[in-house]
Amino acid sequence: MRIGIASGKGGTGKTTVATNLARTAVRRGRRVAYLDCDVEEPNGQIYLRPEIAWRRPVTLPVPVVDPGRCDGCGACGEICRFSAIVCVAGKVLVFPRLCHSCGGCSRVCPVDAIGEDLREVGVVSGGQEGKLAYRQGLLNVGEAMSPPLIRAVRAVEPVADLVVVDAPPGTSCAAVEALRGCDRVLLVTEPTPFARHDLELALDTVAQLGIPAEVVVNRAGRDGARTLALCERYGVEIVAELPDRRSIAEASSRGELAVEIDPEFEEWFQRLLAHLEDRR
Amino acid sequence: MRQIVVVSGKGGTGKTSVVASFAALAERPVLVDCDVDAADLHLVVQPTLVSRQDFIGGVRAAIDPERCNDCGECAELCRFGAIVGPAGERRIDPMACEGCGVCAWFCPAAAIDLVDRVDGEWYLSETRFGPLVHARLRPAGESSGKLVSLLRDRARSIAAARALDTVLVDGSPGIGCPVIASVTGADVVLVVTEPTLSGLHDLERVVCLTRHFGIPTLVAVNRWDVNEENTRRIEDTATRLGAAPAGRIRLDPAVTEAQIEGLPVVELTGNGAAGDIERVWRRVDWSSSVGRVLR
Amino acid sequence: MKIAVSSTGPSVDAACDERFGRCACFVIAESDGTVLGSVDNPNATQGHGAGIQAARLVADLGVSVVLTGRCGPNASDTLAAAGVSVVVGCTGTVGEALASYSAERGPSG
Repeated sequence: MRIGIASGKGGTGKTTVATNLARTAVRRGRRVAYLDCDVEEPNGQIYLRPEIAWRRPVTLPVPVVDPGRCDGCGACGEICRFSAIVCVAGKVLVFPRLCHSCGGCSRVCPVDAIGEDLREVGVVSGGQEGKLAYRQGLLNVGEAMSPPLIRAVRAVEPVADLVVVDAPPGTSCAAVEALRGCDRVLLVTEPTPFARHDLELALDTVAQLGIPAEVVVNRAGRDGARTLALCERYGVEIVAELPDRRSIAEASSRGELAVEIDPEFEEWFQRLLAHLEDRR
Repeated sequence: MRQIVVVSGKGGTGKTSVVASFAALAERPVLVDCDVDAADLHLVVQPTLVSRQDFIGGVRAAIDPERCNDCGECAELCRFGAIVGPAGERRIDPMACEGCGVCAWFCPAAAIDLVDRVDGEWYLSETRFGPLVHARLRPAGESSGKLVSLLRDRARSIAAARALDTVLVDGSPGIGCPVIASVTGADVVLVVTEPTLSGLHDLERVVCLTRHFGIPTLVAVNRWDVNEENTRRIEDTATRLGAAPAGRIRLDPAVTEAQIEGLPVVELTGNGAAGDIERVWRRVDWSSSVGRVLR
Repeated sequence: MKIAVSSTGPSVDAACDERFGRCACFVIAESDGTVLGSVDNPNATQGHGAGIQAARLVADLGVSVVLTGRCGPNASDTLAAAGVSVVVGCTGTVGEALASYSAERGPSG
């Protein structure tokens, strides 16, 4: 079973839910794969503390021009819709950071002057700790495109009873890339106006993807009725409500998991896991 | 004209609450919500909508079944797996299509067109603090970097046309494409972070980014009292990386209460977190007018 | 020799646009100050790569010098490859930028 953990808004506790769920499943004897697809800020490792056993660069093909062959016709600049290759004054310039790796320029070149080279955009890494297999992607600073890196993390998914995909926050292409192929999605929210507004966007997104969704309310407290009303309007169930506890916030700030310090949280996550497995 | 951009690295650090208070503290700012994935600023500045326009993020391919001779070349050429369906029923998966146009260029039957892709809407509104430029990206909408560039561009034009001196930007979270578009050309960037290990981790990444672009950078720690040791580590790290601490904002339920009331917290109270934010604003205000930060 | 000034409008009285890639238009003039006309910059609202396309636009117009406020690295590289030189930090109106450029180059220019 592959569960995507997502949220419209960042900071609602998406990684908290993902890591606590993963740890709970490991403690219940499941083989768990944790895929940290929040490649701009992968933080799962802070809480799960896996030993990273391997790292692999993630590369994308980018054009390389052979000036000896190039006759400056400019066809490459015409086909490129991203300004990654441009012909000025008979010279061809390549801007690798803008390249989407579509391969159009090398194919269109009439004199076969364009080859491809590999450019590193980030690193995918992994490790095993007991029954937990951890995989993460880390986007290089200054890089604009996270979907290829997310695909690279998804490509090294190990066999497991439960795959937890920590998706990037928001509803953009990156979040969609991470959630594609998940059996269900848990949307993590808080009972605040900001989080509720963003939850609605996330509910629209998962509906468009056709993935069944359920909601986890983190830091539950006042103003919860409106979150419930929103979920009812979308016909989506709230499967867990985690209370706002300063002790948990403090533990979390030190990189500790709620299920490791608070028996009540442990029980709630066991129940959440049982619920997810029931639904399978 | 000065451009102040507030970013956060990781989401949920309270960036938008800080921006809303800055909106109330600044003198007639132009507000821009560049957190286009999860735009929330409008919830606390109560805008009146003036205009609404489609945002065309790019193009996507569309196969015309009439002209298609089913040769399959497009599926072979596409590197994004966007040509789906069996022979005879090939179509474009709009969510996978990158809009590169390679399939359309090489289709021997000229059966593929590139059509504009509406990725969202953008709005111009008025608030009691000043004009607001904001947007809503469609689910799975792409080109958020382009949308951010568009919003900032419109804000600059409005500021120039109305002789307003300050553009205040609620930036995007993370360090990817929309954030780069949020911070380029800023006079000063304020990073609002929180005293968690993830806050620290993400702060390093976002400060590396702003320093990469040579932008003076300030760092404020929100809810600092949750972990004072991490707060110190964050401030030390910020200083080491060439940014400057801008102050600490305490954990205060008034911030959420203000959000529920639909108000900037500095309009609800002058004490607690509101007072802290006001002090952070004074440093940001001064730094942006002189274009540098002091340690 | 032709000069392109990044501008907020099509005349010499318009203010210089400090941005190169996303300026509203370019005013094109001869080095003696004679204005040849202006060209809208279709790249103003492009996402990434606006500077590169704007650089190509002025290079294709046979411009030798660009006067602008700021110019990013991608645009600078493209202009350099095309043999176009760039003067940054221009302020005031297009006319003033042209005048101060000729004054700095001296009468021989």
